[in-house]
Amino acid sequence: MLHIKCPHCGLRSQNEFSYGGDATVKRPELNKEVSDKDWDNFVYLRKSPVGKHLELWQHISGCRQWIKVERDTLTHEIFKTLKANEEV
Amino acid sequence: MQKYSVFSLIKNAFKGHKDWEVAWKDPTPKSEYDVIIIGGGGHGLATAYYLAKEHNITKVAIIEKGWIGGGNVGRNTTIIRSNYMHDENGLFSEFGMDLWRNMSQDLNFNVMFSPRGIINLAHSDAQMNVYSRRGNSMRLNGIDAVLLNREEVKKIIPMADFSENVRFPIFGGLMQPSAGTARHDAVAWGYARQADSMGVDIIQNCEVTGFDVSNGKILGIRTSKGEIKAKKIGLCVAGSTNILAEKLNMTLPIETHLLQACVSEPIKPILDNVVTFGAGHFYCSQSDKGEMVMGGDLDGYNSYAQRGNLPTLQHVLTEGIAMFPFLSKLKMLRTWGGIMDMSMDGSPIIDKTHIDGLYLNCGWCYGGFKATPASGWTFAHTIAQDRPHELNAGYSLNRFSTGHLIDEKGLGTKTWIS
Repeated sequence: MLHIKCPHCGLRSQNEFSYGGDATVKRPELNKEVSDKDWDNFVYLRKSPVGKHLELWQHISGCRQWIKVERDTLTHEIFKTLKANEEV
Repeated sequence: MQKYSVFSLIKNAFKGHKDWEVAWKDPTPKSEYDVIIIGGGGHGLATAYYLAKEHNITKVAIIEKGWIGGGNVGRNTTIIRSNYMHDENGLFSEFGMDLWRNMSQDLNFNVMFSPRGIINLAHSDAQMNVYSRRGNSMRLNGIDAVLLNREEVKKIIPMADFSENVRFPIFGGLMQPSAGTARHDAVAWGYARQADSMGVDIIQNCEVTGFDVSNGKILGIRTSKGEIKAKKIGLCVAGSTNILAEKLNMTLPIETHLLQACVSEPIKPILDNVVTFGAGHFYCSQSDKGEMVMGGDLDGYNSYAQRGNLPTLQHVLTEGIAMFPFLSKLKMLRTWGGIMDMSMDGSPIIDKTHIDGLYLNCGWCYGGFKATPASGWTFAHTIAQDRPHELNAGYSLNRFSTGHLIDEKGLGTKTWIS
């Protein structure tokens, strides 16, 4: 069981959260020409690293806020949690 | 190679089983091969076997970080099926079914293929409609499919929950009678033994640390046992695909996720099919030893851990108990996890890459085991002929950018969502 510290609510069990994927992926800017390659990168391509991974979670059974979690994909150690608009 | 038969068994029994040949050798790597396959799992071993058998390419090495059969080919729930709706998946898998049916004879190794049938349960009228559509698509592709109503399902699996006041009543199901199971370890060992006998070097405990690429052309690999040259290299490493892709500066439409499975204590025979719960993600069969073999959802977040987390297991088994209430009385014998190469449309990739001589086989998601022979066969063809076979032409790497996705489950890019 993961224990995730929601920046709004404090330490909660994994059951309260749902996963949202890689948080480093950036959507191409709005109202600008987007090349197929940029769109491909954004929609489909993922690094999926071993080790530190910055990812989105939603505290869906809590405050319902999206948060960022820095977690190790091999050991599941959680290094840091952030509000969705904060940078590491 | 020593042929396995009842006669060789009797002969060796008289000699106290001391004269059996080793099933495969333990060679030191040569400095150069025609083809190197990275990954000694089911798919890698099958690829090497079909390279030798179908294409006469025997100067082949399989490079395996751990031991052969120690990854997902030894961690799956052994289900074999071809009940897909889309042509690409259906025709590919049905081709594989033919290979499965002849595998024990072909490999001279009993893989215990047991075509016991799979039933996907439906729990609403809408789901029955979806299954009837899928069944019709299957039949158009020459795959057997039978739509069962509630009474017909009850005859086959009377131990399922057919009571009146359940949350997900059984409306019926879609059955593929020719689907089944096989002994997963035997598949790896059978392919390894045959490949070895035809001259393939199986090199275990050898980790790939880097690649030699020059002017867009692959020249060889660097490993923990030294550098090895090859003009053609195939990647067949499932959940470790992204680790090797990073060494090649490639980013792929793949995320690595963890999938758990478990077996109960052995009980007397009760279930002679594979059954899946339609209102969630749970599947179950009974092994020849009597254990109930069960699996379901991914843990749901990127993971390389090869071991799972309890909340997912609890969730999956709750579904199992909703389907088969008797499961609640059983003790759990073992649970384990494997790391899945989850592609962004839920379908695999068997293709060339932008690097000349580098070939990619990945993205098997939940369904790698059943694909073992067809994957090996088509990957061997792709490597030997330097172009995909028509069976794997749809499994292209660039289908994501061109929009030709094969979205069998309609999950979009978040294939970890259950």
